[in-house]
Amino acid sequence: MSEIINLTIDGKQVAVPPGTTILAAAREAGIEIPTICFHEATTSNALCRICVVEVEGARVLVPSCVAAVGEGMKVQTQSERVIRSRRTILELLESTVDLSEAPEIQQMVVDYQAVNDRFPQAEERQSLPIDDNPMYLRDYSKCILCWRCVQVCAEDAQYTFAINFSGRGYETQISTFYEIPMPESTCVFCGQCVGVCPTGALKPKRQWLLELGRTPDEIMDLTRGERRSRRRRVEPDVNEQA
Amino acid sequence: MTDIDLTPLKVAMEEYAPQGRTALLPALYAAQEIYGYLPEHVAAEVARSLKVPLVEVFGVIDFYAMFYREPVGKTVIHVCNDPACAMAGSEPMLKRLTQHLEFHAPDEGFRPSVTIERAPCLGLCEHAPAVLVKGKPIGNADLRTWEEIVENTGHQPGTILGGSISLLTANCGRGQKVSLEEFVNHGGYGALRKALSRTPEAVIEEVKASGLVGRGGAAFPTGVKWEGTARATGSPKYVVCNADEAEPGTFKDRVLMEDDPHTILEGLIIAAYAVGASKGYIYIRGEYLRAYQIMQEAVTEARKAGYLGAAILGKGFNFDIELRRGAGAYICGEETALFESIEGKRGFPRVKPPFPTTFGLFGKPTSINNVETLANIPLILRMGAEAYHRIGTEKSTGSKLFCLSGDVMRPGLYEVPFGTPFRDLLEDLAGGIRSGHTFQSALFGGAAGAFALESHLDVRLSFEDLRTAGLPLGSGVITVFDETRDMRDICLRLAHFFAEESCGKCYPCQMGTQRQLEIMKRVLDGKSLPGDWERLQDTGWTMTDASLCGLGQTAASAVLSAMKHWPQLFQVPETLSR
Repeated sequence: MSEIINLTIDGKQVAVPPGTTILAAAREAGIEIPTICFHEATTSNALCRICVVEVEGARVLVPSCVAAVGEGMKVQTQSERVIRSRRTILELLESTVDLSEAPEIQQMVVDYQAVNDRFPQAEERQSLPIDDNPMYLRDYSKCILCWRCVQVCAEDAQYTFAINFSGRGYETQISTFYEIPMPESTCVFCGQCVGVCPTGALKPKRQWLLELGRTPDEIMDLTRGERRSRRRRVEPDVNEQA
Repeated sequence: MTDIDLTPLKVAMEEYAPQGRTALLPALYAAQEIYGYLPEHVAAEVARSLKVPLVEVFGVIDFYAMFYREPVGKTVIHVCNDPACAMAGSEPMLKRLTQHLEFHAPDEGFRPSVTIERAPCLGLCEHAPAVLVKGKPIGNADLRTWEEIVENTGHQPGTILGGSISLLTANCGRGQKVSLEEFVNHGGYGALRKALSRTPEAVIEEVKASGLVGRGGAAFPTGVKWEGTARATGSPKYVVCNADEAEPGTFKDRVLMEDDPHTILEGLIIAAYAVGASKGYIYIRGEYLRAYQIMQEAVTEARKAGYLGAAILGKGFNFDIELRRGAGAYICGEETALFESIEGKRGFPRVKPPFPTTFGLFGKPTSINNVETLANIPLILRMGAEAYHRIGTEKSTGSKLFCLSGDVMRPGLYEVPFGTPFRDLLEDLAGGIRSGHTFQSALFGGAAGAFALESHLDVRLSFEDLRTAGLPLGSGVITVFDETRDMRDICLRLAHFFAEESCGKCYPCQMGTQRQLEIMKRVLDGKSLPGDWERLQDTGWTMTDASLCGLGQTAASAVLSAMKHWPQLFQVPETLSR
């Protein structure tokens, strides 16, 4: 196998080492391909399909985040089929979840001229925010099922295995074991899931309270119980002082 | 909740615990057998025994339709909901059955005596309308009383066989499975003997020369697949028989398994020898309990007789087979999702490449073949590739099983050589359209298929002719519709099927199948909105072009085909259009 793979992306000659993904090759050539589920720190599952490109000779579109470059490959990142798929995927997302706190996806909606309310009378994936622990809030009406939180909770980072999926298909949702409250699960509150969530479905609790218009003082009051309970754990000192 | 006695479960888990995660589905079945459903504490004990994270056990339970988180009846009745059964009256039957259910307020821990569920195609289309009662099939269920159904005292529906050639079905239709003795007396396992006297390479060459291609729908050359697995580095290697037959309208693999299990085993053993595998799996869909039991018996018989195990037929070849039951997920017919399922995971399809030949089950080189494909193997070795190649057409060799159902006089399983005109199959062999009616259309290839019109009646049933006609051969499903059928209703059922069966992994299929269903509901109700045509087209083509696996890529196939043939059915009603 040669040390360098030559291909063209949107007519531009690109040379990269074997094993490079089409996405990485394109970025190297200054060609931006949009991504949603892709994250540098997690295993790529090629599930959002927003990064699909057209490869000459391939029957269907190819996910650029995982597909490796090939010698002589001809890649189109902005063909008619690609644009239609990206726009429709964005419209499907718009009709399904609350993207109000997903600025990157909102920008894509503008870039691809996706139509708001393209799918009238669509059943949205609504659910009430789950406020079951002192650290973060889960609002799955904003969840786009990118899988990142599940991955960092499992083999991609923390090996905690607190969350997985309930249901399947359109009914899929991120869930704890039998939907038990987070503190009863194996969650160690490392916060990595919150860090990789792209849509605000997972949010630090204090940020959420601030956004609700609570003042810092109120937030201190609301979370005092939690700090008190932490202080109680060092009770022996109190006795000494007495 | 805590009053659940876990003692019997702990005993049952002793068998599965040493196997670890791969035994998760069998272990969950065993647990459900004890408790009737899978409450939290039971799931936790299974997780502990198999050393699988709690939440992943939950994820698996909630993925598969045949595992229950909530109490269900001691008797579970699955009522088939696919086009063939619907046309035969499954909906009124379902209503009638439901009337007998006692009404109970939801109460924790309460276990009703009967639970009725709508099911996707049960693979009993020739006996429509069909139901499963505790896993046992009842055909023509509309003619049975409530008591007859709940007690399930009726006879098992028998095989309905036809065709113009009898190679794959030579041992079928006898009313019971062919015994090992009978099988061997008629030359059974002779092909295995022949194969073992040659080199694996020679066996692969023979299969390649036969021109055999996969019968599961993708039509990939079997010999090439075997060669790829044989040459791949990595060990151990596996062979897998894909018996997760669930394409609406298909029942051929069920008939082969129930009537002639040893031919399939023989094919799989030869495959294992050819690729160098020492372990094989047969993954049978959960709804096919009877086929599972018959295959299990056959495996035991074969092992006893020395066709499986160590030093098969006195040669230096060791191989054994493990059976696996699916648990109600159409997606597990997709080969990589099937591997995930055997590994004890949710049935999510993997990204390809890498392909199974190099990275398959447990990440090892794997050859996975459909039941009917494997049934061809002994035949090829017995008659020789050259003689086999003379059957059918130049490019489509051999014979093919077609599952005919819907509005035909004699629905059933038909074996014909490739190249037989559709008209011969429909009119001469299956007796034509039910009396007094005329042909409107036929769905080729099942839910993932496309519609044929009257102008297609003279098409020859071969890969090349059908491709030219724009029709998929798929797994050999042909569902026939007469002039009285509303094709919008058929499309809605197919849309419903895909929305139910989408795994939810990739966006186009996860959301597209749901939107397709919603729009098709409007179309059927005569309440289409302006722009629905374009919405269906965009959703359909996006699923086709951008989905991760074959399910999503074909989830709009039938709807797009119907839109092409009958655009008027999808028009916005006058009152709504400006």
